[in-house]
Amino acid sequence: MKAYPWRYSLALLGLVLLFNAIFTPGFLAIEIRDGRLFGSLIDIFNRATPAALLALGMALVIATAGVDLSVGAIMAISGAVAAGLVVQPPDFLLHGMGVQPVAVAMSLAVLAGAVCGLFNGVLIGFFRIQPVVATLLLMIAGRGVAQLLTNGQIITVPGDDFAALAIGTTLGLPNPIWILAAMALFFGALTRLTAFGLFVEASGDNPTAAHYVGINGKSLRLAVYTLSGLCAGVAGIIAASNIKAADANNAGLYLELDAILAVAVGGTAMTGGKFSLVGALIGAVLMQAVTTTILTRGIGTEVTLIIKALVVVAVCLLQSPSFHETLRRRRTA
Amino acid sequence: MKRALWLSLFAFVVIGCNSGDTAKAPEGGGAAPAKPEAGKKLVVGFSQIGAESDWRTANTESIRSEAEKRGVDLKFADAQQKAENQIKAIKSFIAQGVDVIAFAPVVETGWEPVLREAKDAGIPVIVSDRRPDVPEDLYVTFIGADFVKEGEMAAEWLAKKMDGKAKIAELTGTTGSAPANDRAKGFRNVLANHPEMEIVFTQTGDFTRAKGKEVMEALLKSPQGKDIKAVYAHNDDMALGAIQAMEEAGIKPGKDIIIVSIDGVKAAFEAMVAGKLNCTVECNPLLGPYLFDAIEKVAKGEEVPKRVVIEDKWYDESTAAAELPNRKY
Repeated sequence: MKAYPWRYSLALLGLVLLFNAIFTPGFLAIEIRDGRLFGSLIDIFNRATPAALLALGMALVIATAGVDLSVGAIMAISGAVAAGLVVQPPDFLLHGMGVQPVAVAMSLAVLAGAVCGLFNGVLIGFFRIQPVVATLLLMIAGRGVAQLLTNGQIITVPGDDFAALAIGTTLGLPNPIWILAAMALFFGALTRLTAFGLFVEASGDNPTAAHYVGINGKSLRLAVYTLSGLCAGVAGIIAASNIKAADANNAGLYLELDAILAVAVGGTAMTGGKFSLVGALIGAVLMQAVTTTILTRGIGTEVTLIIKALVVVAVCLLQSPSFHETLRRRRTA
Repeated sequence: MKRALWLSLFAFVVIGCNSGDTAKAPEGGGAAPAKPEAGKKLVVGFSQIGAESDWRTANTESIRSEAEKRGVDLKFADAQQKAENQIKAIKSFIAQGVDVIAFAPVVETGWEPVLREAKDAGIPVIVSDRRPDVPEDLYVTFIGADFVKEGEMAAEWLAKKMDGKAKIAELTGTTGSAPANDRAKGFRNVLANHPEMEIVFTQTGDFTRAKGKEVMEALLKSPQGKDIKAVYAHNDDMALGAIQAMEEAGIKPGKDIIIVSIDGVKAAFEAMVAGKLNCTVECNPLLGPYLFDAIEKVAKGEEVPKRVVIEDKWYDESTAAAELPNRKY
């Protein structure tokens, strides 16, 4: 594979921004309001955070030739745990734990996400259940667990402490962007400064060969799915904090698909092997840039999904070697 | 492969248990007179849309508690906002041979085949809350608010508040759903009489807070966003999301931009008391009593009207504080 598999999605992202620079007045403008940077560009990065976090974990999972369909549901569980522990509404399932400070509740919520990921990892790594089936289990049952936790209610969190994580800013930038940056650096360091990334790629490329050179496929998958669950846990508390409420039914709904799309658009093959974290991030930002453009320009809802699909098709075609081959032949013929 | 099979089986059992729990209704409780019918309990299958908003949750709660009160065996299925799940649920109710099927259709279209199956099986169907686009002989009665009327009330209130002049942004509900279609229609019906009231932006917020917030955030930065003087949201949750987006943009919701929404959930009343929301048109979710009145009549073979309208009214900042303590949902 050539270097920079994400170059086409980056180019398309550039095109989307260029389009806005010309046709949407004020889109690229960034001003400072109440000590925070304010503008559509900031929104794009801010709103892309949950999908981008999922995409980080998903990139590793896909690199092992797997997939994690449960991350959206894990977000719902994580949000429910965080909001529930802070508010302790009367029907909350974990009422035995008492009211917790925001920081403790959120940490436990992230932990809950990691435990869900661990569950996936055990099913896939040790019981050798196919990833689609294993994670489908938690995708369906997980949302049920979240609804059970909240008793089907939307748990609204009063006050500003809980919202600070998603709405607050640090050095002018919304906190989610910093969290994403930190997680991206952590994942980058983990996969490129240690042998972990190499193991992941080897195991995805050729599991048998990886096994014979001594890579432990079981614990590797355990680790990868746990990391994916951890990312979903963090995305879950950001989503809940953003609306000051845990919405078990809608939090993270279909977001696993956005994450898979982001990874694919970022140039990582679904068949496993080489992966690109940078590509996954660019993919997530590209998808959100399209969404924000559509919303800002007030384009009708009916065409929103079609525009997104066109963007994905364009990137996929550009990435396809046989598409280039066909083009080349046409030109020479 | 075998193991995968076992596991998916296990998954079905787990999921089945969940919905089973919810259907279990401990009888009696001394709360209300149980139905005096001797012998077999009335079995009702109800397919609910989901739990997409506080309103829906209150609606579910009302239906469940009413079933419990009357000693009806309620089989409750949550469709998670997907029509195909509802069709599956209705088919399984038919297979189980329940006495009455009730459902709140998530979207307007696509119900004819499954409702015809119910009719062929001789099971009466009652529609709650949203009207499906099917011939009238396929259901016994439709119980719910008049969404067009709600849209009209919202528009009338807004026209009065703005002296008949405003640039309006509209946050619509789930595309294709009856409340979204009808609330948009009703609002426009009244706007036709006010040439200076103009909808300059319309976008779906899918009835959720997160989407309502994201849409408003983008709108406020768009070229037409600067002229927006009023927001009309098809439900309270989207309005609550929009309020957050305005606050983060340094705009005072309820003052710089006037907001009117529909539903009348508790959180909306709290927002009105705080001066952030201006008006909500109540759409009463407590349909349980009406629904089971109709169900019992149908089960006994009595006549029921084809349409049962639940009356709505509106509340604004002046009446919100007095009403807030009465809000259960």
